[in-house]
Amino acid sequence: MWQIIQTASPQLIKAGLKYTIPIAVIAFAIGLAIALVTALIRLSQKRGGFLIIKTLFRFYVWVFRSTPLLVQLFIVYFGLPYLKIQGLSPHGIQLDPVVAGILTFSLNTGAYCSETIRASILSINQGQWEAAYSIGMTRTMALFRIILPQAIRISLPPLANSFISLVKDTSLAASITIVEMFEVSQQIAAQNYQPLVMYMLVAVYYAVFCTLLTWLQGYLEKVTSRYIVAK
Amino acid sequence: MLKVSQLTKSFGDQEVLHGLTTTFPEHQTTVILGPSGSGKSTLLRSLNFLERPESGHYNFDGKDLDWSQPISNATILQIRRHTEMVFQGYNLFPHLSVLKNITEGPIHVLRHDKATAQTEAQQLLAKVGLADKADEYPSQLSGGQSQRVAIARSLAMHPEYIFLDEPTSALDPELELGVLKVLLQIAKEKQSMIIVTHNLAFARQVADKILFVENGHILFDGPNQDFFGTQNQRILDFISAMTFSDLAGD
Repeated sequence: MWQIIQTASPQLIKAGLKYTIPIAVIAFAIGLAIALVTALIRLSQKRGGFLIIKTLFRFYVWVFRSTPLLVQLFIVYFGLPYLKIQGLSPHGIQLDPVVAGILTFSLNTGAYCSETIRASILSINQGQWEAAYSIGMTRTMALFRIILPQAIRISLPPLANSFISLVKDTSLAASITIVEMFEVSQQIAAQNYQPLVMYMLVAVYYAVFCTLLTWLQGYLEKVTSRYIVAK
Repeated sequence: MLKVSQLTKSFGDQEVLHGLTTTFPEHQTTVILGPSGSGKSTLLRSLNFLERPESGHYNFDGKDLDWSQPISNATILQIRRHTEMVFQGYNLFPHLSVLKNITEGPIHVLRHDKATAQTEAQQLLAKVGLADKADEYPSQLSGGQSQRVAIARSLAMHPEYIFLDEPTSALDPELELGVLKVLLQIAKEKQSMIIVTHNLAFARQVADKILFVENGHILFDGPNQDFFGTQNQRILDFISAMTFSDLAGD
């Protein structure tokens, strides 16, 4: 068994470093940006034509939370090549599998994280807004200088949940031809007929990366909670 | 000079302020008294546009605004530059040190030089008796200390008026005393203030002018001594209840 682990590990780690980790990190970074924009738009008090934009973003969150991630990956990678629009995409939209993966993972995690960020902003006491307005701040300034720094602390644990979920969900990328860690483990298992060992081994590597993220979460929580001091 | 006329404010279909008209003289302390739910805080918050009355006029230093018309954000910001609010629950910024709570407005809103703002913040902290607390966080302060920091934060903006919404209602009498002393000192320096309070002994010492509000109407609007020397039975009952003078009687 040691021999199997020794020969398979370099291939798994290589696939992890080349695909699993970069896809997860890039998709989460983009997803966070999408989430922040979505949350801010949905919390905006602007009226009039802006309501159409708000509805669009609500629709986006609804779509990505209401359909399976695997189906979303299939639609983007296998489906879009058949989206032939005269003048816009006459030959369909053919995406590189990694691009399709990052795009789908970003949009999916962005939808979930937008709700986390929206909730954390709403959880800050209304008095904080009022105190900020009272010293003459605009809504934007109050949001970025007073509300978000406090909201980040509250959103950290659920955001870490989303990140850890995303790391494991990247294994679905195997189904759109990306040779990430799980795909490599399947290929090796098909050659050496050791599915139990191979899938246990790849599970351990996912767990190692997620444990590192848990530590990172703990560190960030400590840093952002510095101002909570017991008397 | 700050004036309001025919101020009307409703929450839903319940009207809570019924066309109030009064003035808040400059360099004086106006105390708003009245039973709970009378509309005192709503009146005060309307003056800082934290509440938006449906109708009436707001007049600040001769500039008149009609509440029934749309008022731009720029105008509201302009008014808030001249006025500051001190809240019952302090509302200090918990993620900022005491010093940064005070310098936040001067540096980022007024765009003052950082060093100047810090020096002034230190002076204000000394004034409210908390010179040694500059680097602590609000979570390390007592209620009385928090409210004194909030007062220093409002003074740092050099407002024409400071509005205080029941500033000591959350404090026990000993901590309250420290805050009241600071306010009395500021009143002596002729800072224009409007204070909503339930503390009659304090009102009597600090007020130049008193407004008595009940059920959304102004029942009394006049000088301090006239209020405490009134023959109006409703006001006499209120004073008696607030000072527990009839506690032993029936």
